[in-house]
Amino acid sequence: MSTPRFKSLLRWESMLALVLVVEFVCFASLSPYFLNVWTLSDATFNFTERAVIALPLALLIIAGEIDISVAAIIALASVAMGLAAVAGIDTPGLVAIGLGTGLLAGMINGALVTFGRVPSIVATIGTMTLFRGFAYAVLGDRVLKDYPPSFSVFGQGYAVGALSIELALLIVLTVVFGIFLHLTRWGRTIYALGANPTAARWSGVPVDRYRFLLFAATGLCSGLAAVLLTSRLGSTRPSIAQGWELEIISMVILGGVSVWGGKGTIPGVLLAAVVLGFVNFGLGLLNVPGIVMSIIVGALLIAVVAIPVLAERWWGRPARRLS
Amino acid sequence: MQNSAARRDLALGVIVVLLLGSVTAAFPQFAQPGNLAEILDDSAILILLALGQMLVILTRGIDLSIAANLALSGMVVALFNRNYPDAGVLPVLLIALASGTLLGAVNGLLVWRFKLPPIVVTLGTMSVYRGLIYLLSGGTWVNDNQMSPAFLGFVRFELLGLTVLSWLALVGTVAAALLMRYTVVGRDLYAAGGNPSAATYTGIDPGRMQCFAYTICGAIAGLCGYLWVARFAVAYTDIALGFELQVIAACLIGGVAIAGGIGTVAGVVLGCLFIGVIRNALPLIGVSPFWQMGINGVVIVVAAVLSARRREDKRAILETHPA
Repeated sequence: MSTPRFKSLLRWESMLALVLVVEFVCFASLSPYFLNVWTLSDATFNFTERAVIALPLALLIIAGEIDISVAAIIALASVAMGLAAVAGIDTPGLVAIGLGTGLLAGMINGALVTFGRVPSIVATIGTMTLFRGFAYAVLGDRVLKDYPPSFSVFGQGYAVGALSIELALLIVLTVVFGIFLHLTRWGRTIYALGANPTAARWSGVPVDRYRFLLFAATGLCSGLAAVLLTSRLGSTRPSIAQGWELEIISMVILGGVSVWGGKGTIPGVLLAAVVLGFVNFGLGLLNVPGIVMSIIVGALLIAVVAIPVLAERWWGRPARRLS
Repeated sequence: MQNSAARRDLALGVIVVLLLGSVTAAFPQFAQPGNLAEILDDSAILILLALGQMLVILTRGIDLSIAANLALSGMVVALFNRNYPDAGVLPVLLIALASGTLLGAVNGLLVWRFKLPPIVVTLGTMSVYRGLIYLLSGGTWVNDNQMSPAFLGFVRFELLGLTVLSWLALVGTVAAALLMRYTVVGRDLYAAGGNPSAATYTGIDPGRMQCFAYTICGAIAGLCGYLWVARFAVAYTDIALGFELQVIAACLIGGVAIAGGIGTVAGVVLGCLFIGVIRNALPLIGVSPFWQMGINGVVIVVAAVLSARRREDKRAILETHPA
C-alpha cells in the first residue's frame, strides 16, 4: 500500500517542481531583471511568512482538522508586540511576547476543539473573529510603530550573503517538519489520525492530545510569522495579514494535501509555496495586477481536487479517493 | 430535535429582546420606530444572505464565495445600468438574479457532479469571481453619478414606513420559512443534510439537494449584489470583501449546525438581528464600533461550545468518518 502512495506523491511533487522550472524559464526570458541573486532573494519574501504557517497547517489538515484563525493570530500577536514596544520592552521580550501570544491563541483553538468538542471549522471561525476583533478593539484605526531598531533584524536581516533570515528560518523549519512528519512515529500517527480517527482511537492513539498539540504548534508558528512580518513592515495595523488564511490554505491544498485528511507531504507544501510566491513576484515584474493571479490560483485550486476525480471517470482507473 | 431547536430559538429571541430592552432603558430614543426600521434596513442584506447560506450549510456544505458572487453580480448590474441607464429596475433585477444563479450553479455542479469538497470549491470560485470583477471593470469604480435615479431609488423607496430593502428581507424570511416547513424540497434539504445515506434510501439525492442549495444561495447573493451596490451607491472590485465570514457567523449564532441538518429560519434571522442590534447600539452607549467584531467572536465561540455540549454527534466538516 505504501509503494503506490509514495509513487503518486512523487508524481505530484515532480509536477510542482516542473511548474517551478517552467516558471523560472518563462520569467527569465520575459524579464532581464529576474535572474539576479538579489531579485530572487527579494522574491522569497512573497512566501516565507505564509509558508512558515503553511507547514504546521499542513500537519493539521492531514490530521483531519483545519485552522482558519491563523491570520487573525498574526494580527493579535502583532498588536501584543506593538503595545509591549510602546511600554518600552526590548527586542528579546518582544519576540517572546509574539511567540507566547501565538502559542496561547493556538492553545485556545486546541482547547475548544478537544475539550469543547466544537468542530474545528466552527471553533476557528469563532476565534478568527474574536482575535481579529480584539486587535481592532484595542487599536481601532491607530498604527503602532515604536519598535526598537534591533527588532527589524528578523524581517529585514540577512543570514549569509543574499540568504535572508526569514528564508533561513523557513528552511530549518521545513527540515524539522519534514523529518517529524515523514520519519517519526508521531508523523505516521498524524496520517492515521486523518485517514480514520475512529480506527486511530481504537489503536490507542491519544487523539485529543495530538489535536491539541497540533493546534498549539500552528498558533506558535503563526506567532513566529507575526514576529517576521511585523519586523519586516515595522508597523502594526489591525488589518495586518488580512485574508492570509485563505492564501495559506490554498498553498497547503495546492501542495497536494487532501482536505479530507490523511494525505500530503511537506516537500509538496514547500514547493507549492515557492511556486505561488514566484508566480506572484514574476507577474509583478511583468506588470500584471495581483488580482488576475487570484483567478489562476482559484482555478488551480479546483483543478487540483478535480483532476483525480476526472481521471478516474475517464480512464476508469482504480478508485483513488481523496482520503 | 424539533423541540431543542425551538427552545434555542426562543432563548436567542429572549436575548435579542433583552438586549433591545436594556439599551432602550438607558437610551429611550433607541426603541423608536424610526430607529428600529433603520436596524432592519441595516440588517436586510445580511438576513437574505444568511438565509441562502443556511440552505447550503444544512446540506453539509459551505459557501465561501457568497460575497464574491455578490460583488461580481453587483458589478455586472452596475455596468449594465451605466450603459443602459433608461432600462429601469426590472431588467436589473433579472440580470442580478440570473448572474447570481449561474455563479451559484457553478459551485453546485462542481460539488454535486465531481463530489469535490465544498470548502475547496468555494474557496477557488471565491478568488475566480473576485478576479473576474477586476477583468470586467478594468479595475475602475462605478460611482453614484453613473447610476440612474431608478437604480438607486428602488431600494430606498418606502412602503408603509419600511424601505423596499426591508420588505425584501421580510418577504424572503416568510418565503424561506414556508419553504423549509411546508414544501417537499425544504424537508428534503433537512433530510439530505441530516443523514445522507438514509436520505438516499428514501429516494432523495443528497448531491442534487446540495446543488439546489448552492444555486438558490447564488441567486440570493446575485440579488443582494444589486441591493448592496444600490444601497451603498458604489461598485468596485473589493465590495463586501470578507463579508462571507460575517454571513457564516450569523448562521452559527443562529444555531445552524456546520455538520448539517440542523437550523431554523427563525434562528438565522434572530442571529442577524442580534448582530444588527449590537452594531446600532455600540455608538449609542459610547463604545467604539471597532468592538463589534470582537463581540461577534465571543458570541460565536460561546454559542458553538454550548451547542456542541448538547449535540451527541461531533462530526467535523472535514471528517468523512465520524470520530
